[in-house]
Amino acid sequence: MGGFFKSSIGRKVAMALSAFFLMFFLLQHFSINILSVFNPDLFNEVSHFMGTNPLIQFVLQPVLIFGVVFHFVMGFVLEIKNKKARKVAYVKNNGAANSTWMSRNMIYSGVAILAFIVLHFIDFWFPEINTKFIKGDWSGTIEGVEGFRYYEELTHKFVSPIRVGAYVLAFVFLALHLLHGFTSAFQSMGATAGRKKTLQNIGKAYSIIIPLGFIFIALYHHFNH
Amino acid sequence: MNLTLKIWRQKDSNTKGQMVDYKVTDISEHMSFLEMMDVLNEQLVSSGEDPVAFDHDCREGICGMCSMYINGEAHGPDRGVTTCQLHMRMFKDGDTITIEPFRATAFPVLKDLVVDRSAFDRIQHAGGYISVNTSGNTQDANAIPISKHAADEAMDAATCIGCGACVATCKNSSAMLFVGAKVSQYALLPQGQVEAADRVRNMVAQMDLEGFGNCTNTGACEIECPKGISLDNIARMNRELMKASI
Ligand code: SF4
Ligand code: FES
Repeated sequence: MGGFFKSSIGRKVAMALSAFFLMFFLLQHFSINILSVFNPDLFNEVSHFMGTNPLIQFVLQPVLIFGVVFHFVMGFVLEIKNKKARKVAYVKNNGAANSTWMSRNMIYSGVAILAFIVLHFIDFWFPEINTKFIKGDWSGTIEGVEGFRYYEELTHKFVSPIRVGAYVLAFVFLALHLLHGFTSAFQSMGATAGRKKTLQNIGKAYSIIIPLGFIFIALYHHFNH
Repeated sequence: MNLTLKIWRQKDSNTKGQMVDYKVTDISEHMSFLEMMDVLNEQLVSSGEDPVAFDHDCREGICGMCSMYINGEAHGPDRGVTTCQLHMRMFKDGDTITIEPFRATAFPVLKDLVVDRSAFDRIQHAGGYISVNTSGNTQDANAIPISKHAADEAMDAATCIGCGACVATCKNSSAMLFVGAKVSQYALLPQGQVEAADRVRNMVAQMDLEGFGNCTNTGACEIECPKGISLDNIARMNRELMKASI
């Protein structure tokens, strides 16, 4: 089995497995965030549960971080290997004749998403780690705010138009990345289902609705607070 | 029609090459692309210049030898054809046509438009066959029942002519459509299933060793393949390798 993941196909499979995991995570993340629009109290409750449940904090969170890092590192490794496979470039290459822009530029949409994740970590994740693991405050409350602090923190972040702009742009890149990545992951796993219309349509719906939903959340809080 | 050709000229594998402009006149739209190249070469020979080297053999889309990258596409702008089947009516009078060799580190240029595709042969040698005794007491192949569906799919995979257009087209220079087809044509049939696990392992290992890139499922190969080999063959190869590795 060790040899398998060293082969070109094994790497594809590993890429696809981490992609499935990240796509599932994204769906879960979205489901919680959208609560902030419809039911701030419930959003606070769920956020507190996710932020303090030991199984999530000590098991799923490290797995998630590993998944994110793995997907990025492997993406770069594959890109470098693939560049080496053609050292002399074509003088004229008509890529648009046989493939989509998204499929040819996964590395660029990926880098844009990576830049976003760095910003996102600075915005939300590092402060959380600081509060919980360094200061040891697991109460989920903060002075001056009644009840849990999460909703307040979220809306506060979306005041700056620059940050909201960056978020919107990042989600456009995420949509582009998913438009190829969703079905590509199925194909890599050996499922020809990825080439069937039904799954392609599910892929398109997922790739557009989820990022659009995140954009909606950011804009909603920006214009309502 | 009159055309301007921009062609990659390279003396040998150790010399640096460059694009050179040529003009050809009175080209009939009924000519094949290779016949147009013949006209150019006759012109070059009669003026004492070195003709443009290019691969060709059958000139009817069977052998897979012809291998040009024409206006940014393997085998040119038409679909489901090799360069020898590409007609000049796909172009217009006054056009400028860019002609390059297939590019991949695993396909080094030997001269002008001729590349060395022996990497494909070595992949085939690694497992693209079945070991049967052919000493005279061979079982009649028709004695083994095979479903129509499997037979059709195996036949479709077997139509791959090993031209290398998939590699040339792929942004990653991946050979997975070729290897997927070769793995599939046997994996679908009982005669091939005996050695299936070793075959896929060895052929994929050789493919990686030759320095082909990793497939990222852009699907460009399937579009440019002159034989319409389907991406489903790559998926099948992935499944076969997973099966063989567990
Ligand atoms: S899969 Fe198609 S493009 Fe690739 S070598 Fe075979 S015939 Fe040529
Ligand atoms: S020369 Fe044989 S396929 Fe073109």
